[in-house]
Amino acid sequence: MDLSPLYISVKTALLATGLTFFLGVYAARYAQKLGRWQGVVDGVLTLPLVLPPTVIGFFLLLFLGRNSFCGRFLQYFNMNLVFSWEATVVAASVVAFPLVYRTARGAFEQVDENCIYAARTLGMSENEIFWRIIMPLARPGIVAGTILAFARALGEFGATIMLAGNIPGKTQTMATAVYSAVQAGDQETAFLWAAVIMVLAFLIVGVLNYWPESYYMQGRRRRHAGG
Amino acid sequence: MKRQGWFYLLLLLAVMGLGGCSSEREKPQTEIYVSAAASLTDALQNIGTKYEAENPSVKIIYNFGSSGALQTQIEQGAPADVFISAAPKQMDALEEKGLLLEGTRQDLLANEVVLIVPKDSPLTISSLSELAGTAVGKIALGEPKGVPVGQYAGQIFKSLGIEAAVTSKAVYASDVRQVLAWVEAGEADCGLVYATDAAVSDKVRVLLKAPPASHKEVVYPVAVINSTQQERAARDFAAYLGCESAKNIFKEFGFTVK
Repeated sequence: MDLSPLYISVKTALLATGLTFFLGVYAARYAQKLGRWQGVVDGVLTLPLVLPPTVIGFFLLLFLGRNSFCGRFLQYFNMNLVFSWEATVVAASVVAFPLVYRTARGAFEQVDENCIYAARTLGMSENEIFWRIIMPLARPGIVAGTILAFARALGEFGATIMLAGNIPGKTQTMATAVYSAVQAGDQETAFLWAAVIMVLAFLIVGVLNYWPESYYMQGRRRRHAGG
Repeated sequence: MKRQGWFYLLLLLAVMGLGGCSSEREKPQTEIYVSAAASLTDALQNIGTKYEAENPSVKIIYNFGSSGALQTQIEQGAPADVFISAAPKQMDALEEKGLLLEGTRQDLLANEVVLIVPKDSPLTISSLSELAGTAVGKIALGEPKGVPVGQYAGQIFKSLGIEAAVTSKAVYASDVRQVLAWVEAGEADCGLVYATDAAVSDKVRVLLKAPPASHKEVVYPVAVINSTQQERAARDFAAYLGCESAKNIFKEFGFTVK
């Protein structure tokens, strides 16, 4: 039984989650400072959440395919993104990005502004304020967003199969492995991968519900409701 | 801000409403579902239009895909009336399961496997064994498990002894038209498709024909599915595929008629 889809899926999802974490938090931090362009930029950054993965795959091919500007640039270094493992990370990151971006933005907006004002009067720099006041207070939301991003990256199919293909041992994730198995009439393999994915999904939901941070917040809420 | 929200909501509903308005067409009396190999797309659509013109009460609904995927669909009970596969293998599987209507199976067409490259590709290959060499980067093939053109390709490479070398360069498509699309776009350096697929595209050119001895004969069988609800119409259409005018259309597209 070829277990490469499991390794590829997990590797891809972990790397994609790491990338989107930094990109998403960065984008959320600076999104509010855009003023007039905020609406447009916000729309574009949230788009992958609403677009069908096949449309995302189509645009990725358009912008990163061999005949595109980026594609030809990469060709210079003898690199080709399409049908490579890196493409699975790109596809997974694009679809997972809005999840981190939106939840991070939401978490940042929930932070009590008085804390920030107080910090400013005490002479903290903007950077210090971000890392020592805003981030810790926004942590539960950001953690939740990151876990959702991981789940989304793990389950990505449409854009992945269009950009990275479905090459066993190289770019075949668990999701595309199920698809191939069904296409070939191999019910057993399809069941196997579906079961593995379901177990992982349950674990992710479990972490989401019982991660200590959320417990901490639930505890706080209970105590406040009582007082 | 709230007014902006209402504006977008109304705009969204308007766009969806426009999409929903389609002119009411009278439903024809009979609809036949034809599951056919992807390589038959253009030829069959042509034939279907002709057939519907001659039989106004019948509507042909096509379902094109890889023969393996179509076989699985039919095995799982998908409502297909007629099935045309690109290899006997998938039809045999259905016959063994007793899913075909007795006496309706017949061999319809034959085809050839060719090596294609993007039109402006600098690649020059004089024999298929060179596919194992370093001049070729990525080869687009049909997935060997369910796509007949992928299975024929596997047979060719086996006969040449270059299976291992090719596998490391292969990208697998879910049907032959996707192989064509990849070579057209240049995402793959070359690919193996049917001669008829190469003929419908002006963005690729044929480098080589696979020697017929290197793979099993490419035969397209047609049959009526047992569970059909439109037996007479299905038998009629299947028979029509073997008549003179249909045969001429197939020949126009490059198929060999049996």
